[in-house]
Amino acid sequence: MSAEKINLTLKVWRQKNSEAAGALATYTLRDISTDMSFLEMLDVLNEQLLLTGEEPVAFDHDCREGICGMCGAVVNGRPHGPERETTLCQLHMRHFKSGDTLVIEPFRARAFRVVRDLVVDRTAFDAIIQAGGYVSVNVGGAPDANALPISQKNAEQAMDAAACIGCGACVAACPNAAAMLFVSGKVSQLALLPQGHPERRERALNMVKAMDGQGFGNCTNERECEAACPKAISIRHIARLNREYLKAALSGD
Amino acid sequence: MKLDANIPPGPLAEKWQQHCFSSRLITPANKRKYTIIVVGSGLAGASAAASLAELGYKVNCFTMHDSPRRAHSIAAQGGINAAKNYQNDGDSVYRLFYDTIKGGDFRAREANVYRLAQLSNNIIDQCVAQGVPFAREYGGQLANRSFGGAQVSRTFYARGQTGQQLLLGAYSSLARQIKRGRVTMLARREMLDLVVEEGRATGIVVRNLITGELESHAGHAVVLATGGYGNVFYLSTNAMGSNVTAAFRAYKRGACFANPCFVQIHPTCIPVHGDYQSKLTLMSESLRNDGRVWVPATPGDKRPPHQIPEAERHYYLEEKYPSFGNLVPRDVASRNAKEQCDRGKGVGATGLAVYLDFSEAIRRDGSETITRKYGNLFQMYEKITASDPMATPMMIYPAVHYTMGGLWVDYNLMSTIPGLFVLGEANFSDHGANRLGASALMQGLADGYFVVPATIAHYLAQCPRQPLSTASDAFVAAQREAEGFIRRLVALKGRRSVDDFHKELGRLLWDHCGMARNQQGLEKALARIPEIRAEFWENALVSGSGAEFNQTLEKAGRVADYLEFAELMVHDALARRESCGCHLREESQTAEHEALRDDARYSHVAAWQYQGEAEPLLHKEPLAFADVEVSSRSYK
Ligand SMILES: Cc1cc2nc3c(=O)[nH]c(=O)nc-3n(C[C@H](O)[C@H](O)[C@H](O)COP(=O)(O)OP(=O)(O)OC[C@H]3O[C@@H](n4cnc5c(N)ncnc54)[C@H](O)[C@@H]3O)c2cc1C
Ligand code: FES
Repeated sequence: MSAEKINLTLKVWRQKNSEAAGALATYTLRDISTDMSFLEMLDVLNEQLLLTGEEPVAFDHDCREGICGMCGAVVNGRPHGPERETTLCQLHMRHFKSGDTLVIEPFRARAFRVVRDLVVDRTAFDAIIQAGGYVSVNVGGAPDANALPISQKNAEQAMDAAACIGCGACVAACPNAAAMLFVSGKVSQLALLPQGHPERRERALNMVKAMDGQGFGNCTNERECEAACPKAISIRHIARLNREYLKAALSGD
Repeated sequence: MKLDANIPPGPLAEKWQQHCFSSRLITPANKRKYTIIVVGSGLAGASAAASLAELGYKVNCFTMHDSPRRAHSIAAQGGINAAKNYQNDGDSVYRLFYDTIKGGDFRAREANVYRLAQLSNNIIDQCVAQGVPFAREYGGQLANRSFGGAQVSRTFYARGQTGQQLLLGAYSSLARQIKRGRVTMLARREMLDLVVEEGRATGIVVRNLITGELESHAGHAVVLATGGYGNVFYLSTNAMGSNVTAAFRAYKRGACFANPCFVQIHPTCIPVHGDYQSKLTLMSESLRNDGRVWVPATPGDKRPPHQIPEAERHYYLEEKYPSFGNLVPRDVASRNAKEQCDRGKGVGATGLAVYLDFSEAIRRDGSETITRKYGNLFQMYEKITASDPMATPMMIYPAVHYTMGGLWVDYNLMSTIPGLFVLGEANFSDHGANRLGASALMQGLADGYFVVPATIAHYLAQCPRQPLSTASDAFVAAQREAEGFIRRLVALKGRRSVDDFHKELGRLLWDHCGMARNQQGLEKALARIPEIRAEFWENALVSGSGAEFNQTLEKAGRVADYLEFAELMVHDALARRESCGCHLREESQTAEHEALRDDARYSHVAAWQYQGEAEPLLHKEPLAFADVEVSSRSYK
């Protein structure tokens, strides 16, 4: 770890609230340590703005270790920036060079309203889960956990699908602002596990319906979502979602 | 005030069942007439909100996040304990209970901990039924790993993302209840005050973080599940937004705060590397299953690790604690790392790090096995440090991680304010002076899925059901106070950022109320904190207004509370003139620098009552041990 110092030009989306018009503002930053994370770089910018009487840039973040799904912005056209399988909070400045210009914008989609600057409203994702992303089981009376053996392969694949952090990069990356990768993660997880089978049909139908209702676009196999996903969720899950949906639609009562 | 823990009579193993049987119930038809406020939707809050709604109560659930799925529980990596004994290695409810009591250095309540161990098995069943994808063996059975302070394998896990999967399980149950209209979810709301009327908790005041509006909400009971306060140290493994605000406001309204100085410092975190650093990253304790901790045998040896021959390495944990080795409890591991670094054997650029080395495990099990077990943790480490643990040993150092202290609660998880229940990390209940790995997730879910749904009915059935209203003087006054607080904060137009104050406070606490504490240092901190606070209220700089989405303001409010709360922590550390678990008073240690307890004088829970401007008042809840033999804790 030998840290260098770099100088950067930032062009950051500034928008006071959902109704206001937004625009890019330009700032320069000097002596940024390459050991900093991207969000720590934004902290430095904000400290600088604050002390010069300007409003800091609003951005969502919390865990800063790539798991809560709060952070996210489009950096030079790429959700979460240039590194694969990396959330913005885990991106480090050693991936940039002195003199670089970084254009930083919010995750844009019809279903994601801008709250302020880089903060967007992603509650549409919650609405989709509420439509069926669960197993209907109340607390109490669950059988012994080992009563239901599940093959290691299925458990691992279900875990691959369940690794989604709900950040919305897939939507921001998609030219149609579709949420198929997000929806497929949950549908796939529960289709791979026996616990999910009783409600399989309704789940696929209801979650897809909710997705459409929230204003997400259609999937046209652009595969941008997979490339942008910080958790490497595969579009194979979209294939499984499509199968689940078709089976459900064909077996309609 | 007399603290009554309300521990049910009868033999330890039967207390919980007996208690449930003798508690009053509410009929299903009447349950829907009650509204319960749940603040927080992490493991504890989400599981409570979902379970209470399943039972038929009307639930209003609040979170400061944009979604319940963001709660800090999501970041838990290593796993969750349960006494299933699936490995046939001699585990039992009693052993889990015993390990937890001993791990907590005999500063937790027997009855609570026993109940926790009993419920641990139901939690795993429930989570599997929800579709949580726990790791499995080839035959399809659940897999286990080991954690510190235990000699059995009882930790269930979902790769390095156990907290995420458990939280998403609870979140899915919550989502189902939201869809059914039984839970109203109010996201991006920060609790700023608790409303108490005629001695009972009847509501809360929150700020809508998007619009800045203040709102009052009334309920027949309030459940707080707002997490821990480790961020008082500025640098910790907690998420950036973790705060003491909700718990501290409840304290100011009369809820006693128990053992605030019990803060866990986790031994395996990525070391600090710069002033701009905003948080510390945990490397899960599960790594100590296969990683060996060492430092160079000679102080000042600056050679890179691979150039230091085996004979010149000091595997200090294995040497000093042959029976637990690298899996000693966290407090012991942290203290020993500090001791080695204090002797000049620390490694890395700052000398504040020790090695965690996987080379032997890779030789033994092959790199594929090790990658499967820890791949995502190694990846996280590499992203931050640009160094690959498969090739070079990790560097680790202790960091603030978890708070055993919290609001005092009785066996029913009710605080000293009737009607205010506290769950999860926000209460003090089960971990004594040191928490064992993989037991916070267990406790949060036990509290939320099983304990509070059973105990809240008894409370509700006892008091007359009032119509809900936020028009009373108490509500109006609380909302006005919150308004005044926000107004005072946005008026701060000084020259120093809020973060800068927070950093100063954190450094002070780390130096004097961290891994080792002594009278002189604590007194120094006690004198300094009010000075920092006074400067904060003169010279802090808060931008923008209260009537908008304003993250600087949010931060300022949290730091303002930390600046008061820190003093309470130091008071507590000063008053406890013994060492126990995480709390090492340098005046009270063995020749080998192990914590030296003083059971004759300190076998109690220290519960502090707010006294306004005056010093807080200490109440002691004596701890009695009938089913375990209180011994000096040894991991040798
Ligand atoms: C990095 C890391 C790894 C860990 N790994 C493990 C592990 O492997 N095993 C284990 O057992 N434990 C682990 N722990 C500990 C464990 O994760 C936590 O103790 C536990 O998840 C806390 O759950 P909780 O529900 O009490 O609080 P949290 O999950 O912190 O939830 C708090 C909730 O309260 C809300 N909230 C907070 N303040 C306010 C306010 N003022 N107003 C409104 N809402 C508010 C938040 O929005 C959130 O919804 C780990 C902890 C960390 C930091
Ligand atoms: S801040 Fe949590 S994922 Fe980036």
